[in-house]
Amino acid sequence: MTQRALALGKDLVGLEHLSAEQIQVFLDTAEAFKEISERPIKKVPVLRGKTIVNLFFEPSTRTRISFEFAEKRLSADTVNIATTASSVAKGETLVDTARNLEAMRIDMVVVRHWASGAAKFLAERIRSNVINAGDGAHEHPTQGLLDLLTIRDHRGRVAGLNVCIVGDILHSRVARSNIWGLLKLGANVAVCSPKTLLPPGIADLGVTVLRRIEEAIEWADVLNVLRLQLERMQAGYVPSLREYNRVFGVSKVRLARAQREILILHPGPMNRGVEIDSDVADGPHSMILAQVTNGVAVRMAVLYLLAGGEPEKAEAAKTAEGA
Amino acid sequence: MHDLNRVPIMDERAVLRAVGRMARELVERNAGTDDLIMVGVQRRGSQLAELLVREIEKAEGDRIASGHLDITLYRDDLRAIGPRPVIGTTKLPAGGIDDKAVVIVDDVLYTGRTVRAALNELMDFGRPSRIYLCVLVDRGGRELPIQPDVVGRHVEVMGDQTVEVLVPELDGRLGVDLVTLPKEAA
Amino acid sequence: MRPILLRGGRVIDPGQRLDATRDLLLQDGLVTAIAPQLAAPDDAEVLEVRGLAVCPGLIDLHVHLREPGGEHKETIATGARAAAAGGFTAVCAMPNTDPAIDDPAAVGFVLAEGRRAGGARVYPTGAISVGQKGERLTEVGELVHAGAVAITDDGYPVMDSGLMRIALEYSQTFGIPVADHPEDLRLSAGGVMNEGLVATRLGLRGIPRTSEDVMIVRDLLLGDLTQGRIHLQHVSTAGGADAIRAAKARGVPVTAEVTPHHLLLTEEAVEAYRTDAKMKPPLRTAADTEALRAALADGTIDCVATDHAPHHYDEKEQAFDDAPFGIVGLETALGLLITKLVKPGLLDLASLVDRMSCGPARAFSLPGGTLAPKSVADVTVFDPAGEWVVDRASFYSKSQNSPFVGWKLTGRAKITIVGGKIVWKDG
Repeated sequence: MTQRALALGKDLVGLEHLSAEQIQVFLDTAEAFKEISERPIKKVPVLRGKTIVNLFFEPSTRTRISFEFAEKRLSADTVNIATTASSVAKGETLVDTARNLEAMRIDMVVVRHWASGAAKFLAERIRSNVINAGDGAHEHPTQGLLDLLTIRDHRGRVAGLNVCIVGDILHSRVARSNIWGLLKLGANVAVCSPKTLLPPGIADLGVTVLRRIEEAIEWADVLNVLRLQLERMQAGYVPSLREYNRVFGVSKVRLARAQREILILHPGPMNRGVEIDSDVADGPHSMILAQVTNGVAVRMAVLYLLAGGEPEKAEAAKTAEGA
Repeated sequence: MHDLNRVPIMDERAVLRAVGRMARELVERNAGTDDLIMVGVQRRGSQLAELLVREIEKAEGDRIASGHLDITLYRDDLRAIGPRPVIGTTKLPAGGIDDKAVVIVDDVLYTGRTVRAALNELMDFGRPSRIYLCVLVDRGGRELPIQPDVVGRHVEVMGDQTVEVLVPELDGRLGVDLVTLPKEAA
Repeated sequence: MRPILLRGGRVIDPGQRLDATRDLLLQDGLVTAIAPQLAAPDDAEVLEVRGLAVCPGLIDLHVHLREPGGEHKETIATGARAAAAGGFTAVCAMPNTDPAIDDPAAVGFVLAEGRRAGGARVYPTGAISVGQKGERLTEVGELVHAGAVAITDDGYPVMDSGLMRIALEYSQTFGIPVADHPEDLRLSAGGVMNEGLVATRLGLRGIPRTSEDVMIVRDLLLGDLTQGRIHLQHVSTAGGADAIRAAKARGVPVTAEVTPHHLLLTEEAVEAYRTDAKMKPPLRTAADTEALRAALADGTIDCVATDHAPHHYDEKEQAFDDAPFGIVGLETALGLLITKLVKPGLLDLASLVDRMSCGPARAFSLPGGTLAPKSVADVTVFDPAGEWVVDRASFYSKSQNSPFVGWKLTGRAKITIVGGKIVWKDG
């Protein structure tokens, strides 16, 4: 049996420190998992008996549901902890939460936290596998992977494509995971955003900075349009949502000037009429629902690849299988 | 290249002869090709299943539906394995398997654990009227109460030996070898 | 009190341009004699200090002793002992306690607790504004009368330029400096580390150098206007150092301090979200540390101050955004600077003594900073070649939040003498 015996480590904290090969293993495995969601019984027993806690310190519907579907389709037992429903709200520290989870002998933790570095913090303190479901403005690796998978599905490759991330790069973990993943797989990456929402030094990561959305549309094979949160306007980063739409909104009229067919990605939830117009979101080049479908497959792959496993037993198991 | 640890026990002609007989036996047991579905276990079982489909088509004039199963996610030893094995694809005929006679095709039958996994996986896809088990080589050594319906060849195997089925798509030739394992891997 | 004779040490006293083997006699709390060979008075305690350096006691203008209100982090007693163990004979306690030191009773409390501690001298500083709210000037005269040696709102900047002007003018009656923590809170809002590539990669909010530079420049311009004594705290940027150099050249009465960590560490230390590298101002870049070392060497920056900021271990054991700013520094400063500045030849030992003793004494007009006869008998004896490893367990401070744990250092305090009395002795 040919195996890509590539160590992926205990946790998935981000894409920054993964190799291109490791990212490919996640994507290839996700490819195989897509089919399971099309079965009459959408469930395989591979994580039977594993306990997974979805620890969400920040409200999230899509990511949590996507993870929960992935976990259930792999037959894991899941518990959801949200800030309002736990002692977290009573001021329990992250380290205490970690110790309590450890004491309950859980196998995996999927964590969403508003502080950058929180996933790594947990991963360093507990034996369970930790999967980052978004930490502050740091990384959201499964979103990065599902974006890569969606691009690969529809363009056959990632290498050599021009991918532009549009919007609030400063506060975006999705942007960072995308940048790392895309660069590692050989894409040309650009960002397009008002300078107020651009983190300093971003160009040093190896990305091009485009000042106008028109330039981005002219250049790109893929636009990954980020959500502009209302809070950003309140904090004064942009004067108004209306102006943001007029200057940076991805509209049909603007897309008509594109040199080639552009794929439109959006991590959701969308602000229709702000960063993206409805006729684009619902249009033929929108990958938004494909992203949602791929999200479950990617998360199944991540859970499967990280769960348990004692490397020293692998050789023995392979020998038995070979017969 | 001559490998002292590798002894051919069936060449291409021998395998094709066995497959021809297995195809006839299957059709006979099923009293025809009605509702018969061939499902190969990834990976070498899939190639054998295609050979069987071709043999049946030659003899009966019917091309029966076929598919393949990847049983990785149903293995009982996954907890012990790391790094994780790569998952193959599972693809069953479009018409489903409800009320069909499904033939599970695998290259070698040994402990029976792979077949157990294949049975469980199939059940998640529907309710076949009958499931047959068809293997090219039965090397004995069962750990579960599972027996084949149709067998290409029974092979006696010593403790330090293993049977390898070779298919053109993956190995460049069709055949069956008896391989003596080097001591450290045994 | 028995006289003390320090025999055969390498006496370094920049004020007297002295760096030679001398005996030093301390009597009745004062330095009484300094000569190649001195006879010990009958009742004297004789300390053989051959091979060790003897210098005017080290003074730290910037420490947080946390009392009142933060006694789980540090108390005046533990902080004064930690200071003595680090070779400091005097420290200036910042007023950002809970409540803030903004009235004479609070100043008196710090002074009294400091005396009781029996470690390094503890000089209180008073707040510039009532409750450190940045609104109304404190009763500066009362604070000084009670014992405050300077006023500062440290922990916070004085954002209101009008208030800063008033503080710089009003304080001139009492001859004390106004110390400022230069930070434009609007420019640094939400920031937790230096603004730049590392912050961008880690997804952490940055604090631009500019947030510090604009306030340094503002303070210097107010110095031009008022001629009041300004002391700039924990300068961390190349731009700040340049501005101070230029201001000194045109005669602004300004002094400045730099911390060991801003001289030695860069933003890279934050990598992997190390909360022991989270401080304000944040660790900057190599260009800044280089400029700060040059500014310390050429005297633009007058002194080293530790900004000793103890925090309980579980406060630092948090997500980076949640952890408090600051590190402890009293017990590592001398070793760090000998190891990283003196050994590589960036600063000679006499200049280091100047920046850690004479410079601070001048900046806040404190006793000490000299071994001239009749001066106060505050003396630090250290082994400039003594090697040791920074170990959490050996800290006298109540807190151990240091990014230097595990560092191998050369240079260590051996004896700390305050007012002619040995308050700490190694081994």
